[in-house]
Amino acid sequence: MDAPEFFSAYTCNGITYPETLEARMNTIRRKESLGNDVMRYVIDAPLVAMHRKPGQFVIVRVTDHGERIPLTVADADPERGTITLIVQAVGRTTREMALLQPGDALHDVVGPLGRPTHVRMFGSVLCAAGGIGAAPLYPIAKAMKDAGNQVVTVLGARTRELLILEDNLRAVSDRVIVTTDDGSQGLKGLVPDAVQSLVAEGNHFDQAVVIGPPLMMKFTSLLTKELGIPTIASLNPIMIDGTGMCGGCRVIVGGKTEFACVDGPEFDAHQVDWDTLVRRLGTYREAERASCERFEHECMIDTHGKESR
Amino acid sequence: MNAAERMKLTPVQMPEQEPSERVRNVREVPLGFTPAMAVSEAQRCLHCQNQPCVTGCPVNVRIPAFIQAVEDGDFAKGIAIIRETNLLPAVCGRVCPQEEQCQKECTVGKAHRDVAQAVQIGKLERFLADWERAHHTAVDLPKVPLTGRKVAVIGSGPAGLTVAGDLARLGHAVTVFEALHMPGGVLGYGIPEFRLPKEIVYGEVEYLSSLGVEFRYNTVIGKSLTMDEVREQYDAVFIGSGAGLPNFLGIPGENLLGVYSANEYLTRANLMHAYDPDADTPILRGRAVAVLGGGNVAMDSARTALRLGADRVIVVYRRSEQEMPARREEYVHAMEEGVQFSFLQNPIEILGNDEGWVTGLRIQQMQLGEPDASGRRRPLPVPGQTSDMPADVVVVAIGNNPNPLIPSVLPGLATDSHGAIVTDSETMETSIPGVYAGGDIVLGAATVILAMGQGRKAARAIHDRLARRQAGNGHPESPE
Ligand SMILES: Cc1cc2nc3c(=O)[nH]c(=O)nc-3n(C[C@H](O)[C@H](O)[C@H](O)COP(=O)(O)OP(=O)(O)OC[C@H]3O[C@@H](n4cnc5c(N)ncnc54)[C@H](O)[C@@H]3O)c2cc1C
Ligand SMILES: Cc1cc2nc3c(=O)[nH]c(=O)nc-3n(C[C@H](O)[C@H](O)[C@H](O)COP(=O)(O)OP(=O)(O)OC[C@H]3O[C@@H](n4cnc5c(N)ncnc54)[C@H](O)[C@@H]3O)c2cc1C
Ligand code: SF4
Ligand code: SF4
Ligand code: FES
Repeated sequence: MDAPEFFSAYTCNGITYPETLEARMNTIRRKESLGNDVMRYVIDAPLVAMHRKPGQFVIVRVTDHGERIPLTVADADPERGTITLIVQAVGRTTREMALLQPGDALHDVVGPLGRPTHVRMFGSVLCAAGGIGAAPLYPIAKAMKDAGNQVVTVLGARTRELLILEDNLRAVSDRVIVTTDDGSQGLKGLVPDAVQSLVAEGNHFDQAVVIGPPLMMKFTSLLTKELGIPTIASLNPIMIDGTGMCGGCRVIVGGKTEFACVDGPEFDAHQVDWDTLVRRLGTYREAERASCERFEHECMIDTHGKESR
Repeated sequence: MNAAERMKLTPVQMPEQEPSERVRNVREVPLGFTPAMAVSEAQRCLHCQNQPCVTGCPVNVRIPAFIQAVEDGDFAKGIAIIRETNLLPAVCGRVCPQEEQCQKECTVGKAHRDVAQAVQIGKLERFLADWERAHHTAVDLPKVPLTGRKVAVIGSGPAGLTVAGDLARLGHAVTVFEALHMPGGVLGYGIPEFRLPKEIVYGEVEYLSSLGVEFRYNTVIGKSLTMDEVREQYDAVFIGSGAGLPNFLGIPGENLLGVYSANEYLTRANLMHAYDPDADTPILRGRAVAVLGGGNVAMDSARTALRLGADRVIVVYRRSEQEMPARREEYVHAMEEGVQFSFLQNPIEILGNDEGWVTGLRIQQMQLGEPDASGRRRPLPVPGQTSDMPADVVVVAIGNNPNPLIPSVLPGLATDSHGAIVTDSETMETSIPGVYAGGDIVLGAATVILAMGQGRKAARAIHDRLARRQAGNGHPESPE
């Protein structure tokens, strides 16, 4: 059957997409390892590439029986119709994804979902990333820079192998401070320690953006509250539909229940009930472990081995 | 057979899976009529001149005519009659609240002063639709010339599917955009397999595809494509985005681990197949599950909980049995399966332990007062009477509100105080010319057949509009 007309010639923002997009849906164009279970994928998703803004995410299903998982759009090329996802293999679905090769396709990709980051000229912006949080932070830091802000980035991780996107972040930041819990690279310590010393040095920030594991976000935003820096955090609750239909992603912000997939994922970090978020993330820990073990057992493939050439 | 003889016939019981058996699987509960059973049931119809049943059906299925065809054994003719007005007979025959609609008006039921004695119109409708599916008799419709007009339908629930089907049959090119990875709206993610096998929904969608309807999954209008882009590319737009915004009670403890909205619970179980222990998507299989609410959604949640292996499932409802909005059939099925009911009990707090897991409910005892705006007696607290009830999973099934996404991205679209889209009641056109809406996004959470009825009206109006334009040389600016 002929491709529907809609998809055979589509113009958006002055770019015409001549190909039938059907054939190009969700195909992995490129894939590279950023080390330590973190993979960068470039994927055909023309509609997402056309419309996404920093701070937004997609929901992906890897297989036709798979889970729906949210992943931030780390970058996009509207001309090519591709998006970049940076994904840490932590459980069953993300590991299954890591087994795919260029030319393979994800079963479903839907987006861009969520509200975009509120980007404007603030003056001086502090961008604080913990671990995989560097992936969602990168497009925001870039947008903040493009909006004319001075951008200072703190990039933290447990250990040097878990630091990702350092070069990308350097390219869009006026200054980057690297910090590791064990001191294997950069400063030794946690992200809040680095923020504290930046302020002690006399740096002033008009706005902060923190993205990373919930505890990192909690402690960093407790500090920025003390320091009087307005702060937004990108929350990562468990999601299913991503369209506001199930309420599974609910978080408490300022005492009110919000659905992170449609009202967020970014919120005023000083109003977030972090303990509830952390607890709710653990709801399926048992089931996740079992699912992951089943998966390992099923294919007995070492995902690390496959990627490191 | 004369009328008196017909009146003496008792309703034919549709065979069902045994309760003890069916709670251990997700297969459909009622098994369907055999042809002989269907013919016997059809013999109960009096073929009333005034056809009160037809008036009771929101899409006015020609009921006596199709029942006559069943009685004559001409099943192909019977289903063709239903399909004149009802695009989804296999669905409606199963999930329509018939006792409130067609069967409520049935003369036989009225004569017996018992709606349970009415001709079982829905079950006959289901029989014909199932017969059609089994015999692949879907009638080849006469090919209509393509009009070259394009219509976008947002949402693949019953409202959207009806619009798509009607317009495709009139030769328009229809694209259905669906946010999820599967079609059907609530028919796919909400109503459980044991009440509506998904295969039926997918069968209907395949049939629409064969009429040329294009389905685009994973496409959220307002996000993946803007409303402006859709309106530029299509000659008319229908919004059938449903009532997918779950309500919570707003009581303490609703964010504890193990508290679900019914939408999340049913979506995990149905859409994501979490009833299968090998599914990737997890679901908490509670031992003691409390379901809050008294409608169909609550019944579906409670019966799903049993099938997920709960030892004890209690439906907690703040009014009494009489006020319960769930269909009688669902209530009876739930009781047979062992669901317990706790009436006049209003949850005022969800209790949890130190680690944040649900441990139970705090309940306020209620009594019935004067009737409220809905005509039902208002539940009032009995002062000082509260009690605690243990539970390790709580499902909040107290209804849904209109999906706010489309209204939020379409400035100028008129909505009411509940967020429902305001439409012309005859044409279903919204405050924006060329943009139509119907189903739960207009009605608030309603029913499948009402959604389809509105879809039908909208399709007719859209067709008229496009025909007018055709006459006006197809110029988009031609006078309305
Ligand atoms: C808006 C949003 C954007 C995200 N963007 C990215 C991204 O760009 N790159 C990326 O690698 N991950 C991202 N995540 C997290 C990602 O969705 C989860 O890592 C993924 O769902 C895990 O699935 P799994 O089946 O592989 O692991 P699971 O087996 O489900 O989980 C394994 C471990 O991960 C934890 N986990 C589960 N869900 C989440 C979650 N939502 N957030 C954090 N930890 C979780 C579990 O507690 C468990 O310890 C994002 C999450 C959200 C909500
Ligand atoms: C658990 C449950 C049980 C029920 N039981 C019964 C019953 O027994 N009998 C009965 O008659 N009724 C029942 N109902 C009610 C009935 O299902 C609904 O009234 C009916 O489905 C409404 O149809 P709709 O087409 O308006 O919307 P929906 O069925 O809600 O479909 C809307 C669709 O639009 C999609 N969508 C939303 N926004 C967008 C967007 N921006 N872009 C693209 N797609 C979008 C959604 O993903 C969804 O698939 C039940 C409802 C529930 C929840
Ligand atoms: S569509 Fe519903 S209301 Fe109408 S006849 Fe069929 S079962 Fe009855
Ligand atoms: S009202 Fe009842 S008996 Fe009369 S035509 Fe309708 S179904 Fe038959
Ligand atoms: S993921 Fe379902 S409402 Fe947000």
